[in-house]
Amino acid sequence: MSTRQPDAAAGGRMRAPLLFAAMAALIVLEGLTSGWNGALVILNMGLISAVIALGLNMQWGYAGLFNSGVVGFIALGGLAPVLVSMQPTEGAFAAGGWGVLIALAILAVTLAAAIWLNRRLRGKAKAAAMIAVLIAGFFLYRAVFDPAVAAIQAINPASQGYLGGLGLPVLLSWPLGAALAALAAWGVAKTALGLRSDYLAIATLGIGEIIVAVLRNEEWLDRGVLNVTGIPRPWPVPYEVDLQADPAFVQRMTDWGIDPVTGSTVLVKLLYTGLFGLVLAVILLGAQLALKSPWGRMMRAIRDNEISAAAMGKNVTGRHLQIFMLGAAVIGLGGAMMITLDGQMTPSSYNPLRYTFLILVMVVVGGSGNNWGSVLGAVLIWFVWIKAEVWGPTIMHLVTAPLPDGALRQHLQDSAPHMRVIIMGLILLLVLRFSPRGLLPEK
Amino acid sequence: MDILNALVAILNYVIVPATAYGAQLALGALGVTLVYGILRFSNFAHGDTMAFGTAMTILFTWGFQAMGIGLGPLPTALLALPFGIAATAALILGTDRVVYAYYRKVRAAPVILVMVSVGVMFVMNGITRLLIGVDEIKFDDGARFLITAKEWKDWTGLAEPLAIRSTQALTVVVAGLVVWALFWFLAKTRSGKSMRAYSDNEDLALLSGIDPNRVVAVTWILAAALATIAGTLYGLDKSFKAFNYFQLLLPVFAAAIVGGLGSPLGAIAGGFVIAYSEVAVTYAWKKVAAYVGFESDGLLQLLSTEYKFAVSFAILIVVLLFRPTGLFKGKSV
Repeated sequence: MSTRQPDAAAGGRMRAPLLFAAMAALIVLEGLTSGWNGALVILNMGLISAVIALGLNMQWGYAGLFNSGVVGFIALGGLAPVLVSMQPTEGAFAAGGWGVLIALAILAVTLAAAIWLNRRLRGKAKAAAMIAVLIAGFFLYRAVFDPAVAAIQAINPASQGYLGGLGLPVLLSWPLGAALAALAAWGVAKTALGLRSDYLAIATLGIGEIIVAVLRNEEWLDRGVLNVTGIPRPWPVPYEVDLQADPAFVQRMTDWGIDPVTGSTVLVKLLYTGLFGLVLAVILLGAQLALKSPWGRMMRAIRDNEISAAAMGKNVTGRHLQIFMLGAAVIGLGGAMMITLDGQMTPSSYNPLRYTFLILVMVVVGGSGNNWGSVLGAVLIWFVWIKAEVWGPTIMHLVTAPLPDGALRQHLQDSAPHMRVIIMGLILLLVLRFSPRGLLPEK
Repeated sequence: MDILNALVAILNYVIVPATAYGAQLALGALGVTLVYGILRFSNFAHGDTMAFGTAMTILFTWGFQAMGIGLGPLPTALLALPFGIAATAALILGTDRVVYAYYRKVRAAPVILVMVSVGVMFVMNGITRLLIGVDEIKFDDGARFLITAKEWKDWTGLAEPLAIRSTQALTVVVAGLVVWALFWFLAKTRSGKSMRAYSDNEDLALLSGIDPNRVVAVTWILAAALATIAGTLYGLDKSFKAFNYFQLLLPVFAAAIVGGLGSPLGAIAGGFVIAYSEVAVTYAWKKVAAYVGFESDGLLQLLSTEYKFAVSFAILIVVLLFRPTGLFKGKSV
């Protein structure tokens, strides 16, 4: 039975440039019709989505690993700007910081001891010893952890009540975000890789929900649902108020015939665009070089036929672990960039539909395995996702126009914003069915 | 008497709620495991199938309530359930025809089907939101309690109350009946036998003249029925909120894997393992400890309730590490 699927790869060399030009035209059109501020907001988030999509593309596109916990890695990356750039809370570290660190160390030692016992012992003794160590470790951890957390959260709870950060430049947090996400990826991949492919999907679903739950509930770490606001901006992005107070800037804007307020907001967003574009370019370059290297060929060989790759002496599980961590690191970097752009950390906003499954749609639509495709897919799908929120009600108004005024019409119009979820599902299903290699197919 | 009080407290706060929750998870996991056994992929749309089925049942319930039809002490939703199942089965069979059938034909890899089920998940999630909105809905009516706390205290004279809500009793009774009917169907009927044959060895089953389309259709109908019943019972017991059903995906999957993917008996065992652990770990044991003579300042709660999903996850990880085929030896690793 043939496994060949309809191929939309036709279009030749000009396909990618044309599609990117079309995407740029859409953004420009948005700028001309609804203002440059709005267009740049979409573009900036689109660029961050592109970084995240590149990370997921490494996992799904290069290696065929299904990650359904992207939201968790994004959230963990987003923790980094809080830890790095916020000012430390006065007295918090002395009150409970050491306690928390010691408690976490106890937890790590407990897990390490359990793993060591697992390797050394056999049979009933193993199970009994491991359970004893884990239970003892857990109670010891709670005994140290609980008072420390209470002490931290008692400090000025209305505006602080958490450890705070290191007060360093926020740009330093981007690599930290990547490292945190890679560490979590190592933990989950170590257990779920090497088993059925579905198991990784389910294990990542779990780790994603748990990371978000931790960020929502551990107030000593990131204030939980109270949110951390006022995360400083990265170099070289200034604050709008400072620009507007700067006579030289106001003078220049008036010379150019631009309203200084609009000018300052657009300039700030343009600087972000440049910064994110630079990061995206570096990652894209690295990803392209990696994909074309012997390592990239090996990855694709493993994806296309694990058994034959293993027979050639490739360590399939080891390579999968490597690529899964690498992808998660890029996703975490994207998460840190996102929090830097927002200037605040709101753990309750991490919704799996938006931050896991929408990213999957981006990668699949762009073309699994093609880095340029992920970038295109990310910006395009993000654009559609934002605009569908506006289009949905408009379309629904037209559709329901012939209906008599009443509860049904009102209900349909009120629930129109949910249309975009259906639109995304339909896009994913249609692409998978009729153009499974996406807009820019892998070569 | 203190030991008795401690036992009653455990019964009231742990055993009774966990049994109801376990029955709901077991039904959900049965649906996942059946789809896995026959169609050989993890259906990410199952949580949203549960949400859709429940939403349909709620709409029918409202219809019956508007017409003044009820079941007296039993919730009207029970009467609406068959209609909800029919609507869900129709949607799922339509989805199979339009979406999944193609991937069976081209024999796509399981992970592609998982991705496809994500697309289906999006669409079903959107349809559910469109139909019924995102707000929390309570739709239980009829008698609220089988045993109220006051009745129990008057009857036994114990200090500790025991209340059994009618929805909890109903969950266990309905789940028991459904499981009995399902196992009877799988063991005794021709369709059930062909399903098991197909699940064990697809090629052999096809050679013996089993119609794969029929097997798949029956599987989807069963999955739709199980999802709708599980979702409705969960909604009656707690409340309906579309997003909570998406979050049920993790414990449901964990239950199916813990039991052994593809094993119906395992799904039931897994559901109860997850439910009892989840409730026991997030329950504050202070009161029970006090009855047995151990006073404590803390709540004696191992994990706060926000981390209940961490319990399913931890059990899942332990099973993956030490017994990847699950307690009841499911399909291959």
